[in-house]
Amino acid sequence: MAGRVEGKVAFITGAARGQGRSHALRLAEEGADIIAVDLCEDIKSVDYPLATRADLAETVRLVEALGRRAVAREADVRDTESLRAAVDAGVAELGRLDIVSANAGILSNGQSHELSEETWGDMIDINLSGVWRTCKVAIPHLIAGGRGGSIILTSSVAGLRSYNGVSHYVSAKHGVVGLMKTLAQELAPHSIRVNTVNPTQVDTAMIQNDSMYHLFVPDVENPTREQFGAASAATILLPVDWVESIDVSNAVLFLASDEARYITGVALPVDAGALII
Amino acid sequence: MTSGRVAGKVALVTGAARGQGRSHAVRLAEEGADIIALDVCADLDTVPYPLARPADLDETARAVEALGQRILARQADVRDLASLRAAVDEGVAEFGRLDIVCANAGVNNPGAAHELDDEVWSDVVDVDLSGVWRTCKVAIPYLIDGGRGGAIVLTSSAAGVKGYANIAHYTAAKHGVNGLVKSLAQELAPHRIRVNSVNPTQVDTPMIMNEPMFALFCPDVPAPTRADFAPVSQAMHLLPVPWVEPRDVSNTVLFLASDEARYITGVALPVDAGVLIK
Repeated sequence: MAGRVEGKVAFITGAARGQGRSHALRLAEEGADIIAVDLCEDIKSVDYPLATRADLAETVRLVEALGRRAVAREADVRDTESLRAAVDAGVAELGRLDIVSANAGILSNGQSHELSEETWGDMIDINLSGVWRTCKVAIPHLIAGGRGGSIILTSSVAGLRSYNGVSHYVSAKHGVVGLMKTLAQELAPHSIRVNTVNPTQVDTAMIQNDSMYHLFVPDVENPTREQFGAASAATILLPVDWVESIDVSNAVLFLASDEARYITGVALPVDAGALII
Repeated sequence: MTSGRVAGKVALVTGAARGQGRSHAVRLAEEGADIIALDVCADLDTVPYPLARPADLDETARAVEALGQRILARQADVRDLASLRAAVDEGVAEFGRLDIVCANAGVNNPGAAHELDDEVWSDVVDVDLSGVWRTCKVAIPYLIDGGRGGAIVLTSSAAGVKGYANIAHYTAAKHGVNGLVKSLAQELAPHRIRVNSVNPTQVDTPMIMNEPMFALFCPDVPAPTRADFAPVSQAMHLLPVPWVEPRDVSNTVLFLASDEARYITGVALPVDAGVLIK
């Protein structure tokens, strides 16, 4: 049976690990070739390690193990030219572009009036402007293809409601929802759809770190994964601590596939009920 | 079939004789579900277009069986709790379980809010809102008793999120459905039963493709037709299509019903070609 995105090409940022790798593999399982980019470097205002070159190489290995092709590049969503070079190289090699997953993102925290200019600036530059730059370099390829397309921006529950202590993240992720709605307007004449996924806490390195444990469990000196899990579970309706990357990937796959051919301009929560608790 | 996306599950679908309901039954059956299909199969005095016939429900049954799945099809009225309960009881007795609920049955009858007859208002709200609640009421005990979680997908509408002139009863009922989604999602989360809605724009079904609806969309055209309706409907959308097909809504129902959406609950998912953000 043909895959649900058979023969298509997907461009994914933040693809070295976490949700980005999971999206790459889920789309590849359903027949897509992958253009995978990641910064593969740490950022000073982010206090957990970001992905490495070895992580990106592992994503490529896993995609190829599924019998699909992968073009991987180190690229920075803060740098339009590096992104453009990556997507141009990918389209040249794989022949087309159909799906964009603007997934790269970081997390840091602090009270609004205590955030440094650098911490605020990196957040907006990566989690919002980086999403715009990803679309900017990809959209000409989608339009030129003349076959429509699907863009999925990774927002968050924090794109639809606020959380204490992450105002820069909340602002950036709200901005992503606004960007999605405008892009949906601009691109509908080309049958290019634009939607967001809005996950709650996902079991990735961006969440599973001491800094986030302290944010969720402020009254314990050295909170554990289990204590974080209990605090996280209290923010959602379904009886789970968090969702897995594959759950977000399944939503991305649905939105990327022709099964969602008339879904555009939608913010799709994958949130275990966090928005209505 | 053993490898479908809802293989081995049992789905209850109301309004299953034709239109979106039949499409949902067939799509879920394609992916391995057995079906309990209900429809009133009779006209309503307050609805200005013909509703489904028993022969339509028979055709749904034939289509599901042709896919190698089982179906129990019964005439039942979502305004009548006892008829719903009898049919669902019989279906669960026959198939042994219940996993998925598609509360899809709905009607419409356009008119200015201050000119709607009490009977018209009441029937639209009774079918489109209270009928959805009754469907859930009879199904939920089986989902809870099954102990395997479940997925409830309520058919709302773009009119469940935004207002449309001259269908105040429908808009009020569909907004009510989205309130019901959120309360049910709260109540049922401890049982891992998820509750979401699909919110379509105009779908190519007999509920839309009838002369009173054409006149609603084309008030300045005498005796408007489907051809007159198409450009007016398309102008409401971002994507260059006049309407969506039942299959598009069914694909969304399938996604929400499947374990791929195991952590999606309390969500109103538009299938609307962008009508909500135009």
